[in-house]
Amino acid sequence: MSGDPIYTEMIIEYSRNPSNYGKLEDAHIHRHDSNPLCGDSIDLYLNIDGDKISDIKFDGKGCAICMACSSVLTEMIKGKTLDEVKKFTKDELLSELGLEHLIKTSPVRIKCALLSLKTLKFGIYSYFVDKLKDSESAGNLNEEAANLY
Amino acid sequence: MQATTSSFKDLRNDFPVLNRRVRDNKKLVYLDNAATTQKPNQVIDAISDYYKNHNSNIHRAVHALAEESTEAFEETRDKVAKFLNVEDSQEIIFVRGTTEGINLVAYAWGRDNIKEGDIIVTTEYEHHSNIVPWQLLTQEKKAKLKYIDIDDNGELMLEQLDDYLSTGKVKLVTFSHMSNVLGTISPVKEIVSKCRSVGVKVLIDGAQSVPHMKIDLTDLNSDFYVFSAHKMLGPTGVGVLWAKKEILEKMSPFLGGGDMIREVHKYETTWNDLPYKFEAGTPNIADVIGFAKAIEYLEKIGMNNIRNHELELTKYALDEMKKVPGITLYGTKEPEKRGGVVSFNFNDVHPHDVGTIIDKEGVAIRSGHHCAQVLMEKLNVAATNRASFYIYNTKEEIDVLISSLQHVAKVFKL
Ligand SMILES: Cc1ncc(COP(=O)(O)O)c(C=O)c1O
Repeated sequence: MSGDPIYTEMIIEYSRNPSNYGKLEDAHIHRHDSNPLCGDSIDLYLNIDGDKISDIKFDGKGCAICMACSSVLTEMIKGKTLDEVKKFTKDELLSELGLEHLIKTSPVRIKCALLSLKTLKFGIYSYFVDKLKDSESAGNLNEEAANLY
Repeated sequence: MQATTSSFKDLRNDFPVLNRRVRDNKKLVYLDNAATTQKPNQVIDAISDYYKNHNSNIHRAVHALAEESTEAFEETRDKVAKFLNVEDSQEIIFVRGTTEGINLVAYAWGRDNIKEGDIIVTTEYEHHSNIVPWQLLTQEKKAKLKYIDIDDNGELMLEQLDDYLSTGKVKLVTFSHMSNVLGTISPVKEIVSKCRSVGVKVLIDGAQSVPHMKIDLTDLNSDFYVFSAHKMLGPTGVGVLWAKKEILEKMSPFLGGGDMIREVHKYETTWNDLPYKFEAGTPNIADVIGFAKAIEYLEKIGMNNIRNHELELTKYALDEMKKVPGITLYGTKEPEKRGGVVSFNFNDVHPHDVGTIIDKEGVAIRSGHHCAQVLMEKLNVAATNRASFYIYNTKEEIDVLISSLQHVAKVFKL
């Protein structure tokens, strides 16, 4: 059905064949999160090399929107520095998939779209705080994550 | 009243919201009745009339409005008692809903009666509201929570109950009369009689049964029974806990405050009589009064007629959905053993995507775990779609549901 504002070819395709899907054993960052209302549930795994994200994978169960957004997020984030990831916004993610309108039109489905980003921000925050003991660099990333939707 | 298909259709005129157009001017097809039902004018008007003409606090002042309000409130209690064949309306306690009713029992009865090593038995198809309060209680008391599993048909494996009961440690068996996901109707009488014979208490979650079938609490003979008004045409924020008087009298109070007391002194208090001992604070007066109209409405149609109407819809839905390629249906195949709830999955499309796409066609179903994650784990799915029916639903609406699934297939290129 062409013209569907949510279920575009790209979203359906990603939901069928998610990219970077799987686990990273002994990942430097591993974070699980879920949406209590709808039951979308993902695990995000990252390896860090110096200040760069050298590898990233995710797995879990979710709807097409959640799967597509998680896929695209991992593609966009791979190779970026931690600083760049800190500044990465939800608009950047949503616009990649043409889903900016969800912010206004679907307060329910926006949660599916942003679950992976929220998980990522929390993951990076605890990496700074717990592993690097560097709360200054972590900044208010946790608040930002908590208020993402 | 004759229970013909057309007379059920006529009821729709009493429900203003059923005339709604949603999304792209699509006719609303409301199939989420297990979550909450729509309200008829009779209920809406009664609430508005109460606020316009009678509003007052109850049980306290002697002025005219207070007397009218108190009378209407207490009449509802009598009506509920009669509706459920309860002889003594002092056994009817108004609460906020099923959830509060179960928590009240877990707190007030459970804390005095559950000890270390005791067992509470529940089932795999419970709503979270009949799991979490018992987890809290058993953790606090170092007691154990055990589950009766379900078989491939979605029915309880009762031989497990026998095993649990034979330990002599079971203090309470608590289960839903009808599953909100599978629609399975529990073998209530069998469970009650097994428990009776060994002196074990029984709580029944009637959230999905009282709205849909004739319930006779004297005949069922459990110890506790709870349900919510909003799932049976009534307002939100009202529910009922019924329990046997001798149990209620021995129970400690739940909330402390106004109305539940007889005398308060600086350091001690004596409790009011039943049911007020369990109704602390100003209750939800307007909605309780509105609830009376919902019961009147259901009684006028007749609970057996309602059950038959839903059975017809459920049979039709199961038959038609079986024909759709890619549909997985959950629960027993025998319509007589289930209520008007049909849970399904469609190919490998996530229920949220199904829900969003058919919402565009005006079809309202529920997609998710239905507050029954223990059951989802058992079924090995993250979520299901659920269509659930009530008095005003029609076969044509089920046809719309099924044709809307064609859109899902198209979008996902199935
Ligand atoms: C079987 C069952 N038990 C309990 C509940 C909880 O009811 P309420 O949310 O009205 O307290 C529901 C409704 O969602 C239900 O279906």
